[in-house]
Amino acid sequence: MIHFVVHDENDSVGVVVVEGVKSGQELSGWIMDQDKDIKVKAMSDIPIGHKLAIRALGKDSTVIKYGVDIGRVVAPIQVGEHAHVHNIKTKRW
Amino acid sequence: MELKNSTFLGYPRDNGRVGVRNHVIILPVDDLSNAACEAVANNIKGAMAIPHPYGRLQFGADLDLHFRTLIGTGSNPNVAAVVVIGIEDQWAKKVADGIAATGKPVSFFGIEQHGDHDTIMRASKVARQYVQSASELRRVERPLKDLWVSTKCGESDTTSGCGANPTVGDAFDKLYPHGVTLAFGETTELTGGEHLVAARCRNDEVRKKFQFFFDRYQQVIERHKTSDLSDSQPTKGNIEGGLTTIEEKALGNIQKIGRKCMVDGAIDKAEMPTAPGLWFMDSSSAAAEMLTLLGAAGFVVHFFPTGQGNVIGNPILPVIKLCANPRTVRTMSEHIDVDVSGLLRREMTPDQAGDALLDCMFRTANGRLTAAEALGHREFVLTRLYESA
Repeated sequence: MIHFVVHDENDSVGVVVVEGVKSGQELSGWIMDQDKDIKVKAMSDIPIGHKLAIRALGKDSTVIKYGVDIGRVVAPIQVGEHAHVHNIKTKRW
Repeated sequence: MELKNSTFLGYPRDNGRVGVRNHVIILPVDDLSNAACEAVANNIKGAMAIPHPYGRLQFGADLDLHFRTLIGTGSNPNVAAVVVIGIEDQWAKKVADGIAATGKPVSFFGIEQHGDHDTIMRASKVARQYVQSASELRRVERPLKDLWVSTKCGESDTTSGCGANPTVGDAFDKLYPHGVTLAFGETTELTGGEHLVAARCRNDEVRKKFQFFFDRYQQVIERHKTSDLSDSQPTKGNIEGGLTTIEEKALGNIQKIGRKCMVDGAIDKAEMPTAPGLWFMDSSSAAAEMLTLLGAAGFVVHFFPTGQGNVIGNPILPVIKLCANPRTVRTMSEHIDVDVSGLLRREMTPDQAGDALLDCMFRTANGRLTAAEALGHREFVLTRLYESA
């Protein structure tokens, strides 16, 4: 059972692909580009399609997904925590 | 899927293009002519009116785009014949003359000096003949290269970037070597990944043109923005689906152009590609606007990946929806033509997903109605560049 997927092993976030992920749940992930497995403990309830951090992210650090910069961290994010508009913002516009 | 020697059943038109639908359309030049067009379509079964709200007091590049979009829509090979109605003769004639260059039957009517009743009666008589003639046209077997296939996604979420968009990418990579004409666009939704598209351009000339369109659209955003656009781009639906920034949305979006095909050309809104290959078309990222522009550019089948469940269709362009979000596939199944949610459960490979989409493409091209067609989605939205005079 895969709970989340990661595009590239250097990414800082993965995407939850099942409904009903709860804080404290042990999650199995699949890193697609390298076809590897990864395990992370959820630190928040995370809706389907939303991201979780797979590495700790400090304030003002860069979030990497698809191996590319997708924005900056505006509040620190722990491994397994919900990563979204409340702690990540665009660097454009 | 082995595509060498693949064929589909289409309607050959006089200008050499091949359609996969056989519509007779009643096309208003302006808002004032919608009522007459709808009345004609109501009188004549099998004729379809395409109402829209514009066409008065436009000028310059905005007026050029209006004419290019209407003429392109009538010229699309999915259209067998066209009745054009305008409030007055001259612009109606201009649109009809543009469409007549394809060799297909077209007539125009102006309402002034006649009124709606007389115009509707005369236009209905012509529309009846067109519908009956079109009904005698037969599909013939044509090579895959005669198919023009476009893509644009909508109500994307993170599953679009992991599942549905790479599926389109796989299908595009498979179609490209066979001389199919392909297109993508959504200019502002490349923001954060524009360097990746630039790197895929065939040569410096194409790259320069792409960059010109990209920079021009960024200037529009800069001129009018009142915030970082986080209230509209990503959309509320995108954010609900887990997409956080425009950069993330753009990188998901770019998955649609696959990993192998090169960008062979860049064109302005509603312009027609001049050779096979993958084309970038400058466009809004709003679904109905871009699909209208792609129909006007001559595309005959469309791949529309969605995450949260965009329900859009188009009057003349069959829109194939694919989705990898298991919740959307469950709750909105009547809108989804190709379910690729197995990708995210590791039950389906990208190769299998691409083949499932191509299988649906051939069935759609051969005449199977898409979900959007069966549900009556005919969104037709003209892009405006600025205010009317």
